Amino acid sequence: MSQDVFVVAEHLQGKIDDVTYELLGKARELAGQSGGHVVAVLMGSGIQNQAGSLGAADKVLYMDNAALEHFNPESYARALSHILEQNQPRLTLIPNTSMGMDLAAAVSVKNNLPLVAYATDVQIDNGQVVATSQLYGGKINVESVLEGDSSVVSVLAGSFAVDAGKQDGSPEVETVAAPDGLDQTRVRFKNLIQPEGGDVDITQQDILVSVGRGIQSEDNLPMVEELAEALGGALASSRPIVDNKWLPKTRQVGKSGLKVKPKLYFAVGISGAPEHIEGMKDAELIIAINTDPEAPIFEVAHFGVTEDLFDVVPALTEKLKG
Amino acid sequence: MNIIVPVKQVPDLVEELEINDDGTDLDRDYLSYKLNEFDEHALEEALLLKEEHGGTVTVIAFEGDDTDKVLYTAIAKGADRAVKITNDLPPGTPNHVLAKALASVLSGMEYDLILTGVQAADDRDGQLGVLLANYLDVPHVSVVSGVAPSNGAVTVQKEYAGGVMAEFEVDLPAVFGVQAARQTPRYAPVSRVRQVMRQAEIEEVEANDTEANIGSSIRRMFKPEKGAGAEMLEGSPEEIAEKIIKILQEKGIKK
Repeated sequence: MSQDVFVVAEHLQGKIDDVTYELLGKARELAGQSGGHVVAVLMGSGIQNQAGSLGAADKVLYMDNAALEHFNPESYARALSHILEQNQPRLTLIPNTSMGMDLAAAVSVKNNLPLVAYATDVQIDNGQVVATSQLYGGKINVESVLEGDSSVVSVLAGSFAVDAGKQDGSPEVETVAAPDGLDQTRVRFKNLIQPEGGDVDITQQDILVSVGRGIQSEDNLPMVEELAEALGGALASSRPIVDNKWLPKTRQVGKSGLKVKPKLYFAVGISGAPEHIEGMKDAELIIAINTDPEAPIFEVAHFGVTEDLFDVVPALTEKLKG
Repeated sequence: MNIIVPVKQVPDLVEELEINDDGTDLDRDYLSYKLNEFDEHALEEALLLKEEHGGTVTVIAFEGDDTDKVLYTAIAKGADRAVKITNDLPPGTPNHVLAKALASVLSGMEYDLILTGVQAADDRDGQLGVLLANYLDVPHVSVVSGVAPSNGAVTVQKEYAGGVMAEFEVDLPAVFGVQAARQTPRYAPVSRVRQVMRQAEIEEVEANDTEANIGSSIRRMFKPEKGAGAEMLEGSPEEIAEKIIKILQEKGIKK
Protein backbone atom coordinates (compact mmCIF):
# COMPACT_ATOMS: atom_id res chain seq x y z
CA MET A 1 0.00 0.00 0.00
CA SER A 2 1.37 3.38 -0.91
CA GLN A 3 0.25 6.98 -1.34
CA ASP A 4 1.75 7.11 -4.83
CA VAL A 5 -0.12 8.30 -7.89
CA PHE A 6 0.51 6.13 -10.95
CA VAL A 7 0.10 7.31 -14.51
CA VAL A 8 -0.11 4.81 -17.36
CA ALA A 9 1.95 6.23 -20.23
CA GLU A 10 0.35 5.90 -23.64
CA HIS A 11 2.49 5.65 -26.74
CA LEU A 12 1.98 4.85 -30.39
CA GLN A 13 4.62 4.49 -33.08
CA GLY A 14 7.40 5.54 -30.73
CA LYS A 15 5.74 8.71 -29.54
CA ILE A 16 4.35 9.38 -26.08
CA ASP A 17 0.84 10.78 -26.43
CA ASP A 18 0.18 14.24 -24.96
CA VAL A 19 -2.55 12.84 -22.72
CA THR A 20 0.25 11.18 -20.73
CA TYR A 21 1.74 14.59 -19.96
CA GLU A 22 -1.67 15.93 -19.00
CA LEU A 23 -2.02 13.12 -16.49
CA LEU A 24 1.52 13.52 -15.16
CA GLY A 25 0.88 17.21 -14.52
CA LYS A 26 -2.33 16.37 -12.66
CA ALA A 27 -0.60 13.53 -10.80
CA ARG A 28 2.01 16.01 -9.47
CA GLU A 29 -0.79 18.01 -7.87
CA LEU A 30 -2.50 14.88 -6.50
CA ALA A 31 0.71 13.38 -5.12
CA GLY A 32 1.13 16.63 -3.21
CA GLN A 33 -2.30 16.06 -1.69
CA SER A 34 -1.74 12.36 -0.90
CA GLY A 35 1.85 12.72 0.26
CA GLY A 36 3.16 10.17 -2.26
CA HIS A 37 5.24 10.11 -5.39
CA VAL A 38 4.35 10.37 -9.06
CA VAL A 39 5.15 7.13 -10.85
CA ALA A 40 4.87 6.71 -14.61
CA VAL A 41 4.16 3.18 -15.85
CA LEU A 42 5.85 2.57 -19.17
CA MET A 43 5.17 -0.72 -20.94
CA GLY A 44 6.79 -1.59 -24.25
CA SER A 45 9.78 -3.16 -25.91
CA GLY A 46 13.10 -1.38 -26.34
CA ILE A 47 11.69 2.02 -25.39
CA GLN A 48 13.56 2.72 -22.16
CA ASN A 49 14.83 5.98 -23.69
CA GLN A 50 11.24 7.28 -23.59
CA ALA A 51 11.62 7.56 -19.81
CA GLY A 52 13.64 10.72 -20.46
CA SER A 53 10.51 12.52 -21.66
CA LEU A 54 8.62 11.54 -18.50
CA GLY A 55 10.60 13.95 -16.31
CA ALA A 56 7.50 15.11 -14.47
CA ALA A 57 7.44 11.71 -12.75
CA ASP A 58 9.58 10.93 -9.70
CA LYS A 59 10.04 7.41 -10.97
CA VAL A 60 9.34 5.38 -14.09
CA LEU A 61 8.36 1.73 -13.74
CA TYR A 62 9.42 0.17 -16.99
CA MET A 63 8.33 -3.26 -18.17
CA ASP A 64 10.16 -4.41 -21.29
CA ASN A 65 8.85 -7.45 -23.11
CA ALA A 66 8.43 -8.54 -26.71
CA ALA A 67 4.71 -9.08 -26.01
CA LEU A 68 4.46 -5.35 -25.28
CA GLU A 69 6.09 -4.15 -28.50
CA HIS A 70 2.71 -3.05 -29.82
CA PHE A 71 -0.33 -2.21 -27.76
CA ASN A 72 -2.33 -5.38 -27.16
CA PRO A 73 -5.46 -5.25 -24.98
CA GLU A 74 -4.63 -8.58 -23.38
CA SER A 75 -0.88 -8.42 -22.74
CA TYR A 76 -1.02 -4.77 -21.65
CA ALA A 77 -3.92 -5.41 -19.25
CA ARG A 78 -2.10 -8.37 -17.73
CA ALA A 79 1.13 -6.40 -17.43
CA LEU A 80 -0.62 -3.45 -15.79
CA SER A 81 -2.60 -5.73 -13.48
CA HIS A 82 0.70 -7.32 -12.37
CA ILE A 83 2.30 -3.92 -11.69
CA LEU A 84 -0.70 -2.66 -9.72
CA GLU A 85 -0.87 -5.88 -7.72
CA GLN A 86 2.78 -5.46 -6.70
CA ASN A 87 2.58 -1.76 -5.90
CA GLN A 88 -0.99 -0.99 -4.82
CA PRO A 89 -0.78 2.76 -5.49
CA ARG A 90 -3.25 5.14 -3.89
CA LEU A 91 -4.53 6.09 -7.33
CA THR A 92 -3.90 5.05 -10.92
CA LEU A 93 -4.69 7.46 -13.73
CA ILE A 94 -5.32 5.94 -17.16
CA PRO A 95 -6.19 7.90 -20.30
CA ASN A 96 -9.82 7.30 -21.33
CA THR A 97 -8.62 6.65 -24.87
CA SER A 98 -9.02 3.71 -27.21
CA MET A 99 -6.09 1.98 -25.52
CA GLY A 100 -6.96 3.12 -22.01
CA MET A 101 -10.52 1.83 -22.32
CA ASP A 102 -9.12 -1.67 -22.76
CA LEU A 103 -7.01 -1.30 -19.63
CA ALA A 104 -9.02 0.58 -17.00
CA ALA A 105 -12.10 -1.66 -16.85
CA ALA A 106 -9.86 -4.73 -17.18
CA VAL A 107 -7.73 -3.93 -14.11
CA SER A 108 -10.85 -2.86 -12.23
CA VAL A 109 -12.10 -6.46 -12.51
CA LYS A 110 -8.76 -8.28 -12.36
CA ASN A 111 -7.51 -6.36 -9.30
CA ASN A 112 -10.93 -5.68 -7.78
CA LEU A 113 -10.35 -1.92 -7.82
CA PRO A 114 -13.02 0.80 -7.95
CA LEU A 115 -13.11 2.57 -11.31
CA VAL A 116 -14.58 5.87 -12.38
CA ALA A 117 -14.40 6.63 -16.12
CA TYR A 118 -14.76 9.70 -18.35
CA ALA A 119 -13.21 11.91 -15.69
CA THR A 120 -12.41 15.53 -16.43
CA ASP A 121 -11.18 16.25 -12.92
CA VAL A 122 -9.75 14.31 -9.98
CA GLN A 123 -9.06 15.51 -6.44
CA ILE A 124 -7.90 13.96 -3.22
CA ASP A 125 -10.24 15.54 -0.74
CA ASN A 126 -9.73 14.76 2.96
CA GLY A 127 -7.96 11.57 1.99
CA GLN A 128 -10.74 10.50 -0.38
CA VAL A 129 -10.36 10.30 -4.13
CA VAL A 130 -13.11 12.32 -5.81
CA ALA A 131 -13.52 12.17 -9.59
CA THR A 132 -15.80 14.27 -11.78
CA SER A 133 -17.06 12.46 -14.89
CA GLN A 134 -18.55 14.00 -17.96
CA LEU A 135 -21.56 11.83 -18.81
CA TYR A 136 -24.75 11.91 -20.87
CA GLY A 137 -23.04 13.34 -23.92
CA GLY A 138 -21.41 16.11 -21.89
CA LYS A 139 -24.75 17.35 -20.52
CA ILE A 140 -24.26 16.20 -16.92
CA ASN A 141 -21.24 16.11 -14.62
CA VAL A 142 -21.14 13.41 -11.98
CA GLU A 143 -18.94 13.66 -8.92
CA SER A 144 -18.03 10.25 -7.48
CA VAL A 145 -16.25 9.28 -4.28
CA LEU A 146 -13.98 6.27 -4.73
CA GLU A 147 -13.73 3.92 -1.80
CA GLY A 148 -10.82 1.82 -0.63
CA ASP A 149 -7.08 2.36 -0.44
CA SER A 150 -6.42 1.96 -4.13
CA SER A 151 -8.53 2.96 -7.10
CA VAL A 152 -8.48 3.73 -10.80
CA VAL A 153 -9.71 6.79 -12.66
CA SER A 154 -9.76 7.00 -16.45
CA VAL A 155 -9.45 10.56 -17.66
CA LEU A 156 -10.68 12.15 -20.89
CA ALA A 157 -7.89 13.57 -23.04
CA GLY A 158 -7.88 17.35 -23.07
CA SER A 159 -8.92 17.69 -19.42
CA PHE A 160 -5.64 19.14 -18.13
CA ALA A 161 -2.81 21.28 -19.43
CA VAL A 162 -0.06 19.40 -21.24
CA ASP A 163 2.70 21.82 -20.20
CA ALA A 164 2.64 21.04 -16.47
CA GLY A 165 3.57 17.42 -17.13
CA LYS A 166 5.81 17.78 -20.16
CA GLN A 167 9.30 17.94 -18.76
CA ASP A 168 12.44 16.27 -19.90
CA GLY A 169 14.58 14.86 -17.17
CA SER A 170 16.08 11.71 -15.87
CA PRO A 171 13.64 10.21 -13.41
CA GLU A 172 14.73 7.06 -11.65
CA VAL A 173 13.91 4.09 -13.89
CA GLU A 174 13.00 0.84 -12.18
CA THR A 175 12.76 -2.13 -14.50
CA VAL A 176 9.93 -4.51 -13.66
CA ALA A 177 9.94 -8.15 -14.75
CA ALA A 178 7.01 -9.21 -16.90
CA PRO A 179 4.60 -11.78 -15.50
CA ASP A 180 5.14 -15.33 -16.76
CA GLY A 181 3.66 -16.28 -20.11
CA LEU A 182 2.88 -12.71 -21.15
CA ASP A 183 3.29 -13.73 -24.79
CA GLN A 184 0.62 -16.43 -24.46
CA THR A 185 -2.29 -14.27 -25.55
CA ARG A 186 -5.60 -14.89 -27.21
CA VAL A 187 -5.30 -11.47 -28.85
CA ARG A 188 -2.45 -11.13 -31.38
CA PHE A 189 -1.31 -7.85 -32.90
CA LYS A 190 -1.10 -8.07 -36.69
CA ASN A 191 -0.27 -4.65 -38.05
CA LEU A 192 -1.00 -0.94 -38.01
CA ILE A 193 -3.11 0.61 -40.74
CA GLN A 194 -2.23 4.21 -41.58
CA PRO A 195 -4.94 6.66 -42.62
CA GLU A 196 -5.41 7.13 -46.34
CA GLY A 197 -3.78 10.20 -47.77
CA GLY A 198 -4.73 12.17 -50.82
CA ASP A 199 -7.65 14.08 -49.34
CA VAL A 200 -7.67 17.63 -47.96
CA ASP A 201 -5.65 17.80 -44.75
CA ILE A 202 -8.17 19.40 -42.38
CA THR A 203 -5.48 19.96 -39.73
CA GLN A 204 -3.84 22.49 -42.08
CA GLN A 205 -6.96 24.52 -42.91
CA ASP A 206 -7.60 27.99 -41.49
CA ILE A 207 -11.33 27.70 -41.95
CA LEU A 208 -13.38 24.58 -41.33
CA VAL A 209 -17.12 24.20 -41.73
CA SER A 210 -18.01 21.06 -39.86
CA VAL A 211 -21.26 19.14 -40.22
CA GLY A 212 -22.99 16.87 -37.77
CA ARG A 213 -26.06 14.75 -37.38
CA GLY A 214 -28.31 17.83 -37.58
CA ILE A 215 -27.82 17.81 -41.32
CA GLN A 216 -30.22 14.83 -41.39
CA SER A 217 -29.50 13.58 -44.88
CA GLU A 218 -26.63 13.22 -47.31
CA ASP A 219 -28.68 15.29 -49.75
CA ASN A 220 -28.14 18.33 -47.53
CA LEU A 221 -24.34 18.17 -47.66
CA PRO A 222 -23.97 20.35 -50.78
CA MET A 223 -25.73 23.18 -48.93
CA VAL A 224 -23.01 23.14 -46.26
CA GLU A 225 -20.27 22.60 -48.81
CA GLU A 226 -21.40 25.78 -50.53
CA LEU A 227 -21.00 27.65 -47.26
CA ALA A 228 -17.49 26.22 -46.86
CA GLU A 229 -16.64 27.40 -50.37
CA ALA A 230 -18.10 30.84 -49.75
CA LEU A 231 -15.94 31.11 -46.62
CA GLY A 232 -12.88 29.79 -48.42
CA GLY A 233 -12.61 26.81 -46.12
CA ALA A 234 -12.92 23.04 -46.18
CA LEU A 235 -15.63 20.69 -45.05
CA ALA A 236 -15.09 18.63 -41.91
CA SER A 237 -17.51 16.58 -39.84
CA SER A 238 -18.36 14.82 -36.62
CA ARG A 239 -18.27 11.07 -36.33
CA PRO A 240 -21.83 10.06 -37.38
CA ILE A 241 -21.35 11.65 -40.81
CA VAL A 242 -18.27 9.50 -41.44
CA ASP A 243 -19.97 6.40 -40.03
CA ASN A 244 -22.74 6.98 -42.56
CA LYS A 245 -20.04 7.22 -45.24
CA TRP A 246 -21.27 10.66 -46.31
CA LEU A 247 -17.69 11.97 -45.94
CA PRO A 248 -14.36 10.15 -45.82
CA LYS A 249 -12.62 9.40 -42.51
CA THR A 250 -10.01 12.05 -43.36
CA ARG A 251 -12.65 14.70 -42.61
CA GLN A 252 -13.50 13.48 -39.12
CA VAL A 253 -12.78 15.77 -36.18
CA GLY A 254 -12.56 14.34 -32.68
CA LYS A 255 -11.20 11.61 -30.49
CA SER A 256 -10.92 8.90 -33.14
CA GLY A 257 -10.45 11.41 -35.93
CA LEU A 258 -8.21 14.42 -36.16
CA LYS A 259 -7.44 17.24 -33.75
CA VAL A 260 -7.85 20.61 -35.47
CA LYS A 261 -7.00 24.18 -34.50
CA PRO A 262 -8.28 26.42 -37.31
CA LYS A 263 -8.86 30.19 -37.15
CA LEU A 264 -12.56 29.52 -37.65
CA TYR A 265 -14.49 26.38 -36.77
CA PHE A 266 -18.06 26.66 -37.96
CA ALA A 267 -20.10 23.81 -36.45
CA VAL A 268 -23.33 23.07 -38.28
CA GLY A 269 -25.78 20.70 -36.59
CA ILE A 270 -23.17 19.31 -34.19
CA SER A 271 -24.36 18.72 -30.62
CA GLY A 272 -20.82 18.52 -29.25
CA ALA A 273 -20.28 15.12 -27.66
CA PRO A 274 -17.12 15.11 -25.51
CA GLU A 275 -15.36 13.00 -28.17
CA HIS A 276 -15.95 15.74 -30.72
CA ILE A 277 -15.11 18.68 -28.43
CA GLU A 278 -11.76 17.04 -27.68
CA GLY A 279 -10.79 17.52 -31.31
CA MET A 280 -11.80 21.17 -31.88
CA LYS A 281 -12.02 23.11 -28.64
CA ASP A 282 -8.73 24.93 -29.29
CA ALA A 283 -9.97 26.59 -32.49
CA GLU A 284 -9.48 30.37 -32.35
CA LEU A 285 -13.09 31.20 -33.19
CA ILE A 286 -15.97 28.76 -32.86
CA ILE A 287 -19.43 29.52 -34.20
CA ALA A 288 -22.10 26.86 -33.72
CA ILE A 289 -25.58 26.37 -35.12
CA ASN A 290 -27.79 23.89 -33.31
CA THR A 291 -31.50 24.01 -32.50
CA ASP A 292 -30.95 22.55 -29.01
CA PRO A 293 -30.00 25.47 -26.72
CA GLU A 294 -28.64 22.91 -24.20
CA ALA A 295 -26.26 21.35 -26.74
CA PRO A 296 -22.77 21.08 -25.19
CA ILE A 297 -21.24 22.62 -28.33
CA PHE A 298 -22.39 26.01 -26.98
CA GLU A 299 -20.07 25.53 -23.98
CA VAL A 300 -17.01 25.81 -26.16
CA ALA A 301 -18.45 28.00 -28.94
CA HIS A 302 -17.84 31.74 -28.86
CA PHE A 303 -21.01 32.48 -30.78
CA GLY A 304 -24.15 30.37 -31.02
CA VAL A 305 -27.27 30.22 -33.13
CA THR A 306 -30.36 28.16 -32.28
CA GLU A 307 -32.31 29.02 -35.42
CA ASP A 308 -32.84 26.26 -37.98
CA LEU A 309 -29.62 25.56 -39.86
CA PHE A 310 -31.62 25.02 -43.04
CA ASP A 311 -32.59 28.70 -42.91
CA VAL A 312 -29.37 30.23 -41.58
CA VAL A 313 -26.82 28.38 -43.71
CA PRO A 314 -28.29 29.36 -47.13
CA ALA A 315 -28.86 32.94 -45.92
CA LEU A 316 -25.25 33.21 -44.81
CA THR A 317 -23.89 31.65 -48.00
CA GLU A 318 -25.90 34.06 -50.10
CA LYS A 319 -24.68 37.11 -48.19
CA LEU A 320 -21.06 35.91 -48.31
CA LYS A 321 -21.27 35.48 -52.05
CA GLY A 322 -22.62 39.03 -52.06
CA MET B 1 -20.97 -18.03 -35.70
CA ASN B 2 -23.27 -17.60 -32.75
CA ILE B 3 -23.27 -14.00 -31.69
CA ILE B 4 -24.65 -12.42 -28.53
CA VAL B 5 -25.53 -8.74 -28.49
CA PRO B 6 -26.26 -7.32 -25.03
CA VAL B 7 -28.08 -4.00 -25.32
CA LYS B 8 -29.12 -1.32 -22.88
CA GLN B 9 -31.44 1.64 -22.80
CA VAL B 10 -30.02 5.08 -22.07
CA PRO B 11 -31.74 8.43 -21.55
CA ASP B 12 -32.56 10.15 -24.83
CA LEU B 13 -30.03 12.98 -24.88
CA VAL B 14 -32.12 15.06 -27.25
CA GLU B 15 -34.48 15.74 -24.36
CA GLU B 16 -33.63 18.03 -21.51
CA LEU B 17 -32.12 16.16 -18.57
CA GLU B 18 -33.06 17.17 -15.03
CA ILE B 19 -31.36 16.18 -11.80
CA ASN B 20 -33.35 14.83 -8.84
CA ASP B 21 -33.83 16.67 -5.55
CA ASP B 22 -30.92 14.93 -3.78
CA GLY B 23 -28.65 15.80 -6.69
CA THR B 24 -27.45 12.21 -6.91
CA ASP B 25 -29.25 10.92 -9.99
CA LEU B 26 -31.20 12.10 -12.98
CA ASP B 27 -34.82 12.86 -12.33
CA ARG B 28 -36.02 9.71 -14.03
CA ASP B 29 -39.78 10.27 -13.70
CA TYR B 30 -40.10 12.07 -16.99
CA LEU B 31 -37.11 10.69 -18.85
CA SER B 32 -37.55 9.04 -22.18
CA TYR B 33 -35.17 6.25 -23.07
CA LYS B 34 -33.71 4.99 -26.28
CA LEU B 35 -31.40 2.17 -27.24
CA ASN B 36 -27.73 3.11 -26.83
CA GLU B 37 -26.69 4.15 -30.34
CA PHE B 38 -23.46 2.13 -30.19
CA ASP B 39 -25.54 -0.95 -29.35
CA GLU B 40 -27.42 -0.33 -32.61
CA HIS B 41 -24.06 -0.56 -34.37
CA ALA B 42 -23.12 -3.74 -32.48
CA LEU B 43 -26.42 -5.31 -33.56
CA GLU B 44 -25.92 -4.23 -37.17
CA GLU B 45 -22.40 -5.71 -37.27
CA ALA B 46 -23.76 -8.95 -35.78
CA LEU B 47 -26.52 -9.14 -38.41
CA LEU B 48 -24.01 -8.50 -41.20
CA LEU B 49 -21.74 -11.29 -39.89
CA LYS B 50 -24.69 -13.67 -39.73
CA GLU B 51 -25.75 -12.82 -43.28
CA GLU B 52 -22.22 -13.35 -44.59
CA HIS B 53 -21.13 -16.36 -42.58
CA GLY B 54 -24.24 -17.98 -41.11
CA GLY B 55 -24.97 -18.60 -37.45
CA THR B 56 -27.36 -16.90 -35.06
CA VAL B 57 -27.81 -13.56 -33.36
CA THR B 58 -29.19 -13.43 -29.84
CA VAL B 59 -30.08 -10.07 -28.34
CA ILE B 60 -30.14 -9.72 -24.55
CA ALA B 61 -31.64 -6.75 -22.72
CA PHE B 62 -32.42 -5.80 -19.14
CA GLU B 63 -36.06 -5.48 -18.19
CA GLY B 64 -37.22 -1.91 -18.37
CA ASP B 65 -39.75 0.46 -19.89
CA ASP B 66 -39.42 -0.32 -23.57
CA THR B 67 -37.42 -3.51 -23.41
CA ASP B 68 -39.98 -5.63 -25.24
CA LYS B 69 -40.15 -3.13 -28.08
CA VAL B 70 -36.35 -3.02 -28.33
CA LEU B 71 -36.19 -6.81 -28.47
CA TYR B 72 -39.02 -7.20 -30.98
CA THR B 73 -37.38 -4.56 -33.15
CA ALA B 74 -34.11 -6.51 -33.04
CA ILE B 75 -35.95 -9.62 -34.21
CA ALA B 76 -37.66 -7.60 -36.94
CA LYS B 77 -34.19 -6.59 -38.12
CA GLY B 78 -33.06 -10.21 -38.28
CA ALA B 79 -32.04 -11.40 -34.81
CA ASP B 80 -32.96 -15.01 -34.05
CA ARG B 81 -33.49 -14.91 -30.30
CA ALA B 82 -34.46 -12.28 -27.78
CA VAL B 83 -33.71 -12.70 -24.10
CA LYS B 84 -34.83 -10.46 -21.26
CA ILE B 85 -33.03 -10.42 -17.93
CA THR B 86 -35.79 -9.97 -15.37
CA ASN B 87 -33.80 -8.94 -12.29
CA ASP B 88 -34.60 -5.50 -10.94
CA LEU B 89 -31.77 -3.59 -12.59
CA PRO B 90 -33.20 -0.18 -13.48
CA PRO B 91 -31.52 2.29 -15.84
CA GLY B 92 -28.53 3.82 -14.08
CA THR B 93 -27.46 0.52 -12.52
CA PRO B 94 -23.63 0.51 -12.54
CA ASN B 95 -22.03 -1.40 -15.40
CA HIS B 96 -20.09 -3.64 -13.00
CA VAL B 97 -23.46 -5.01 -11.82
CA LEU B 98 -24.91 -5.30 -15.32
CA ALA B 99 -21.75 -7.03 -16.55
CA LYS B 100 -21.87 -9.47 -13.64
CA ALA B 101 -25.53 -10.24 -14.36
CA LEU B 102 -24.78 -10.78 -18.05
CA ALA B 103 -21.80 -12.98 -17.24
CA SER B 104 -23.96 -15.22 -15.08
CA VAL B 105 -26.65 -15.49 -17.77
CA LEU B 106 -24.08 -16.12 -20.52
CA SER B 107 -22.32 -18.85 -18.58
CA GLY B 108 -25.27 -21.09 -19.47
CA MET B 109 -25.25 -20.22 -23.16
CA GLU B 110 -23.17 -21.22 -26.19
CA TYR B 111 -21.55 -18.38 -28.07
CA ASP B 112 -18.58 -17.50 -30.26
CA LEU B 113 -18.76 -13.76 -30.16
CA ILE B 114 -20.22 -11.05 -27.95
CA LEU B 115 -20.66 -7.66 -29.58
CA THR B 116 -21.45 -4.68 -27.35
CA GLY B 117 -21.61 -0.98 -28.11
CA VAL B 118 -18.19 0.51 -27.38
CA GLN B 119 -19.65 2.82 -24.75
CA ALA B 120 -22.87 4.34 -23.49
CA ALA B 121 -23.79 7.80 -22.25
CA ASP B 122 -24.01 6.60 -18.64
CA ASP B 123 -20.85 4.48 -18.32
CA ARG B 124 -19.74 6.04 -15.06
CA ASP B 125 -17.87 2.95 -13.87
CA GLY B 126 -16.29 1.79 -17.11
CA GLN B 127 -17.44 0.25 -20.33
CA LEU B 128 -19.77 -2.74 -20.18
CA GLY B 129 -18.00 -4.89 -22.79
CA VAL B 130 -14.58 -4.76 -21.17
CA LEU B 131 -16.04 -5.50 -17.73
CA LEU B 132 -18.07 -8.40 -19.13
CA ALA B 133 -15.06 -9.90 -20.92
CA ASN B 134 -13.03 -9.81 -17.72
CA TYR B 135 -15.79 -11.40 -15.64
CA LEU B 136 -16.06 -14.14 -18.29
CA ASP B 137 -12.28 -14.30 -18.72
CA VAL B 138 -12.47 -14.09 -22.50
CA PRO B 139 -10.37 -11.74 -24.67
CA HIS B 140 -11.70 -8.35 -25.65
CA VAL B 141 -10.91 -5.46 -27.92
CA SER B 142 -12.75 -2.16 -27.76
CA VAL B 143 -13.26 0.64 -30.27
CA VAL B 144 -13.66 -1.91 -33.04
CA SER B 145 -14.94 -0.99 -36.49
CA GLY B 146 -14.58 -4.13 -38.54
CA VAL B 147 -14.96 -7.83 -37.69
CA ALA B 148 -14.08 -10.66 -40.09
CA PRO B 149 -13.73 -14.40 -39.41
CA SER B 150 -10.34 -15.92 -40.26
CA ASN B 151 -9.25 -19.54 -39.64
CA GLY B 152 -11.37 -20.20 -36.58
CA ALA B 153 -10.45 -16.84 -35.09
CA VAL B 154 -11.55 -13.33 -36.08
CA THR B 155 -9.68 -10.32 -37.32
CA VAL B 156 -10.74 -6.94 -35.97
CA GLN B 157 -9.71 -3.36 -36.51
CA LYS B 158 -9.31 -1.13 -33.50
CA GLU B 159 -9.31 2.63 -33.98
CA TYR B 160 -6.72 4.93 -32.44
CA ALA B 161 -6.56 8.72 -32.69
CA GLY B 162 -5.72 10.42 -35.96
CA GLY B 163 -7.27 7.74 -38.14
CA VAL B 164 -4.62 5.11 -37.35
CA MET B 165 -5.98 1.60 -36.81
CA ALA B 166 -4.49 -1.59 -35.43
CA GLU B 167 -5.43 -5.00 -36.69
CA PHE B 168 -5.68 -7.89 -34.21
CA GLU B 169 -6.38 -11.58 -34.59
CA VAL B 170 -8.46 -12.80 -31.69
CA ASP B 171 -9.33 -16.33 -30.53
CA LEU B 172 -12.98 -17.13 -29.92
CA PRO B 173 -15.00 -16.65 -27.88
CA ALA B 174 -14.31 -12.95 -27.56
CA VAL B 175 -15.98 -9.65 -26.67
CA PHE B 176 -15.71 -6.62 -28.93
CA GLY B 177 -16.80 -3.07 -28.19
CA VAL B 178 -18.16 -1.89 -31.52
CA GLN B 179 -17.58 1.73 -32.44
CA ALA B 180 -19.25 1.56 -35.83
CA ALA B 181 -20.78 -1.18 -37.96
CA ARG B 182 -19.64 -1.46 -41.56
CA GLN B 183 -22.92 0.10 -42.65
CA THR B 184 -25.53 2.39 -41.15
CA PRO B 185 -27.74 0.37 -38.77
CA ARG B 186 -30.77 -0.89 -40.64
CA TYR B 187 -34.28 0.22 -40.00
CA ALA B 188 -37.15 -2.09 -39.17
CA PRO B 189 -40.51 -1.00 -40.58
CA VAL B 190 -43.22 -0.59 -37.95
CA SER B 191 -45.43 -3.11 -39.76
CA ARG B 192 -42.69 -5.71 -39.52
CA VAL B 193 -42.18 -5.00 -35.80
CA ARG B 194 -45.95 -5.38 -35.23
CA GLN B 195 -45.91 -8.71 -37.04
CA VAL B 196 -42.97 -9.89 -34.92
CA MET B 197 -44.80 -8.85 -31.75
CA ARG B 198 -47.61 -11.25 -32.65
CA GLN B 199 -45.35 -14.15 -33.61
CA ALA B 200 -42.06 -14.05 -31.77
CA GLU B 201 -41.41 -14.90 -28.18
CA ILE B 202 -39.13 -13.16 -25.72
CA GLU B 203 -37.35 -15.56 -23.41
CA GLU B 204 -37.10 -14.48 -19.79
CA VAL B 205 -34.18 -15.38 -17.57
CA GLU B 206 -33.07 -14.35 -14.12
CA ALA B 207 -29.40 -13.68 -13.50
CA ASN B 208 -28.26 -15.54 -10.40
CA ASP B 209 -25.32 -13.26 -9.66
CA THR B 210 -25.60 -9.49 -9.56
CA GLU B 211 -23.06 -8.86 -6.81
CA ALA B 212 -20.15 -6.72 -7.93
CA ASN B 213 -17.73 -4.44 -6.14
CA ILE B 214 -18.43 -1.01 -7.56
CA GLY B 215 -16.41 0.77 -4.91
CA SER B 216 -17.66 4.23 -5.67
CA SER B 217 -20.74 6.29 -4.99
CA ILE B 218 -22.23 9.39 -6.54
CA ARG B 219 -21.79 12.41 -4.33
CA ARG B 220 -23.27 15.01 -6.60
CA MET B 221 -24.63 15.46 -10.09
CA PHE B 222 -24.69 18.85 -11.71
CA LYS B 223 -24.99 20.48 -15.08
CA PRO B 224 -21.75 21.87 -16.46
CA GLU B 225 -21.29 25.49 -15.52
CA LYS B 226 -22.43 27.77 -18.24
CA GLY B 227 -19.24 29.77 -17.74
CA ALA B 228 -18.58 32.23 -20.49
CA GLY B 229 -20.37 29.99 -22.98
CA ALA B 230 -21.47 31.16 -26.37
CA GLU B 231 -22.89 34.58 -27.09
CA MET B 232 -26.18 33.75 -28.75
CA LEU B 233 -27.01 35.47 -32.01
CA GLU B 234 -30.70 36.11 -32.52
CA GLY B 235 -33.00 37.44 -35.18
CA SER B 236 -34.18 36.34 -38.59
CA PRO B 237 -31.89 34.09 -40.65
CA GLU B 238 -30.80 37.14 -42.63
CA GLU B 239 -30.09 39.18 -39.51
CA ILE B 240 -28.10 36.31 -38.04
CA ALA B 241 -26.15 35.99 -41.28
CA GLU B 242 -25.31 39.71 -41.09
CA LYS B 243 -24.15 39.34 -37.51
CA ILE B 244 -21.94 36.38 -38.37
CA ILE B 245 -20.34 38.26 -41.25
CA LYS B 246 -19.67 41.21 -38.95
CA ILE B 247 -17.93 38.90 -36.46
CA LEU B 248 -15.84 37.36 -39.23
CA GLN B 249 -14.84 40.83 -40.38
CA GLU B 250 -13.92 41.94 -36.86
CA LYS B 251 -11.74 38.85 -36.43
CA GLY B 252 -10.09 39.50 -39.77
CA ILE B 253 -11.35 36.21 -41.21
CA LYS B 254 -13.49 37.83 -43.88
CA LYS B 255 -13.05 41.19 -45.50
